[in-house]
Amino acid sequence: MRKIRGLKRQLLAGPYLVWIAAFTLLPLMVILYYAFTTTSGHPTLLNVTSIFASVHFKSLLLSLELAFLCTAACLLLSYPLALALSSLKTKRQGFIVFIFILPMWMNFMLRILAWKMLLSNNGVINMVLEAVGLPALDVMNTPFAVVFCMIYDFLPFMALPIYNSMSRIDKGILEAAQDLGAGRATTFFRIILPLTAPGAVSGTIMVFVPALTSFAISDLLGGGKVLLIGNVIEQAFIQEYNWNLGSGLSLVLMVFVIASMALMNSRGDEGGVGIC
Amino acid sequence: MLKKLYKLYLVLIFLFLYLPIGVLIVLSFNDSKSKVQWGGFTLKWYGSLFSSESILEAFWMTIFISLGSALIATVIGTLAALGADAMKKRGQAFLIGAANIPLLNADIVTGISLMLLFVRFTRLGMNTVLLAHITFNIPYVILNVMPKLKQESRTTYEAALDLGATPLYAFFKITWPQILPGVLSGFLMAMTMSLDDFSVTYFTKGAGVNTLSTMIYTEMRKGIRPEMYALSTLLFLIALTLLLIMNFGPSAKEKEKS
Amino acid sequence: MRKTCLALFLLAAAALCGCGRDGGENTLTILNYGKYIDPEAIEIFEDETGIDVEYEEYITPENMYTKYRAGAIDYDLVCTSDYMVEKMIQEGEALEIDFDAIPLSKNLDQSYFDFSKSFDPENKYSMPYFFGTVGILYNKKMVDEAKVRSWEILWDETYSGQIIMPDSVRDSFMVALKILGYSLNTTDDAQLEEAKELLIRQKPLVYSYLVDEAQDEMIAENAAMAVVYSGEAGLALEYNDNLAFSVPEEGSNMWIDSWLIPKTANHVENAEKFLNFLCREDISMMNFDYVYYATPNVKTKAALDKSLQENTTIFPPKEILDNCEILKSLDDAATTNYNILWKEVKAAD
Repeated sequence: MRKIRGLKRQLLAGPYLVWIAAFTLLPLMVILYYAFTTTSGHPTLLNVTSIFASVHFKSLLLSLELAFLCTAACLLLSYPLALALSSLKTKRQGFIVFIFILPMWMNFMLRILAWKMLLSNNGVINMVLEAVGLPALDVMNTPFAVVFCMIYDFLPFMALPIYNSMSRIDKGILEAAQDLGAGRATTFFRIILPLTAPGAVSGTIMVFVPALTSFAISDLLGGGKVLLIGNVIEQAFIQEYNWNLGSGLSLVLMVFVIASMALMNSRGDEGGVGIC
Repeated sequence: MLKKLYKLYLVLIFLFLYLPIGVLIVLSFNDSKSKVQWGGFTLKWYGSLFSSESILEAFWMTIFISLGSALIATVIGTLAALGADAMKKRGQAFLIGAANIPLLNADIVTGISLMLLFVRFTRLGMNTVLLAHITFNIPYVILNVMPKLKQESRTTYEAALDLGATPLYAFFKITWPQILPGVLSGFLMAMTMSLDDFSVTYFTKGAGVNTLSTMIYTEMRKGIRPEMYALSTLLFLIALTLLLIMNFGPSAKEKEKS
Repeated sequence: MRKTCLALFLLAAAALCGCGRDGGENTLTILNYGKYIDPEAIEIFEDETGIDVEYEEYITPENMYTKYRAGAIDYDLVCTSDYMVEKMIQEGEALEIDFDAIPLSKNLDQSYFDFSKSFDPENKYSMPYFFGTVGILYNKKMVDEAKVRSWEILWDETYSGQIIMPDSVRDSFMVALKILGYSLNTTDDAQLEEAKELLIRQKPLVYSYLVDEAQDEMIAENAAMAVVYSGEAGLALEYNDNLAFSVPEEGSNMWIDSWLIPKTANHVENAEKFLNFLCREDISMMNFDYVYYATPNVKTKAALDKSLQENTTIFPPKEILDNCEILKSLDDAATTNYNILWKEVKAAD
């Protein structure tokens, strides 16, 4: 009886399976085809191996470095944020969480442009700094500006899952720990951190992956001087009209991402990424 | 002491997130077409916004596509999560792995590969954009619903069935309320993603189909029309008001009492 | 359940809308640069002719080409830049334009058709829309005006960190090639290698590589000099009196954005009507006001204020244009070579 129930319920995934077959796996085949052929249609490995060309490899390393920095910064910012949010009255928490989502509903491009105006040489921030008598920042068109904006853009994707898993922790456990004489630090490292690990893992995936493949932020805030692997792929597809090279490189990137995700998944199962 | 630090930290993060929004709001009142120059206060962009057919059309298209794709993705994704939950470990792993593929690809790769697929079978139009958006939205729904299903206690559901409830009844009485927050957050996240997308929309849209994103991107080269800032400001304020009403309005108060 | 119903309804609505687009009704599908026509002009055209315009925009010519090549949409009319026009003609993607069906094209200055011959040798496939040059937009407070006469000022270390270069292969190489005295259409490996070395040497001095935003950066005085299109410079001058524009004496690039009717056109007659409409004095004036680039329309130019007509930033004088070259489309091997060299510049430290 139960088996039948289970089988019937499995069928619910049917529409989705059809959907991914048509709109995810088929396009993936297209990418695979392009990745392993030349522009004239002959089989080749050059598109994939061209990742080792010095220009491409350099941009891949830079992308990895920036994505890593961004993820680490998001992690460091998110824990205090989640703790602070959990310390609020529960009634208001949902509201406050929403407040952190709201900026994402303004167009991404416009928000990045706004940062550009804030950070540029004669931008708002420098004007304020000058008025207070502090030295001006010179961050525009540097990798720093790119990482900064990545953090801005991806922080909610890290903060929400961590907050979610933190809010699920039974308050009783925390109280028990305190009763048993654990200090704040001990409670955090021995209880909160392990219990929020799944949230941190899914947050890491949702920050690391887009940070690794992004190209728009480096285009706008890197002043064309920060060449990420995402930019190389975008250029291959659009500027150079070389879909074979673009496909080959994105395949490599995909492998990188899958490998890093497998690494992380082995350290915890997928936690909640929910907002509510 | 700690509480105060927390509050301070929240305020700082809040500033960090809202600073650019503030800039955009200020820009919408700027009486100069150049965004880097202050030309005095004006409301004229709000006026011309409502007479600009192209912007309004793009606005409704954006709303339609993001709401529509998020809704359909929520239905398919939730069903998929329910199905996966009933599967063995290997089936689940496959399903979730497949769900991740669109997240792994750079947007532009997803966009171009879908375009190549679509042009084989159909003309590009609004429906191709909708299909594409549903495709990259589904994973967000699954990723949000799965954890809630994992937490849900299967025993209650099984008990209901043993007591003679129909599966549908048991589902709506027991499972649904438990996964609802996940479904909602999946929906919201899908909508957010869809609202912001440029690359996928650009390559899968047909002639004359414009969303706000594609409009803003194509205007980048010659400067964004100030009406765009006005529209964003309005949208932001509407969302904020709705949020405030939901939380502090009369119905919210009643809920608190009960 | 309600949700499912709603979703189904949406899907049905979407399908319906999709079908509505298929028929061969009275439409016109146009592909143009972003913000390159007054939207009101399109509305007027629709009202006057009853033709339904489906208007599409793109960012870069390469972007346009990608989408066009995929056969994604049957365009009736495309506006793009010289070298891309040439590429489309060479690939047999352009239809001959019947200029008899566009009587108002006589409003266009014949000399721009002559310039167009470099990419459309018999003037059969394209109709000029806007044109201009590439030069240095500079801030008079920060830059010595006498020195702006040469591209070499862009390598002057006094302006380290204050120079904006174009973020596009051909435009950046143009600057280097001109300093070296070569043609901007060269495919000679040694010459290109030299140009690349020059650009890498310049990189530490560069504030940023931009296409879109150079104008804003200059208005905000974030940089001292920028290599920009003359049309953008004209706009920037309106906002900041400290700015000026100069086309260096080594020569530069002249660009012409033109209309062409691609092979995919299903509504050639409507396309011709639209081209004729664009040449009409009032419409051409509307578009000039909106875009603010140099128009080849004689009547429109004559109707402008004297000061505007004499504005050499917007309307480059003949002697400057004669010193300019028009970009030509390169063959695949040369394009690949340019792209590789450019990536090396961009990835250099």
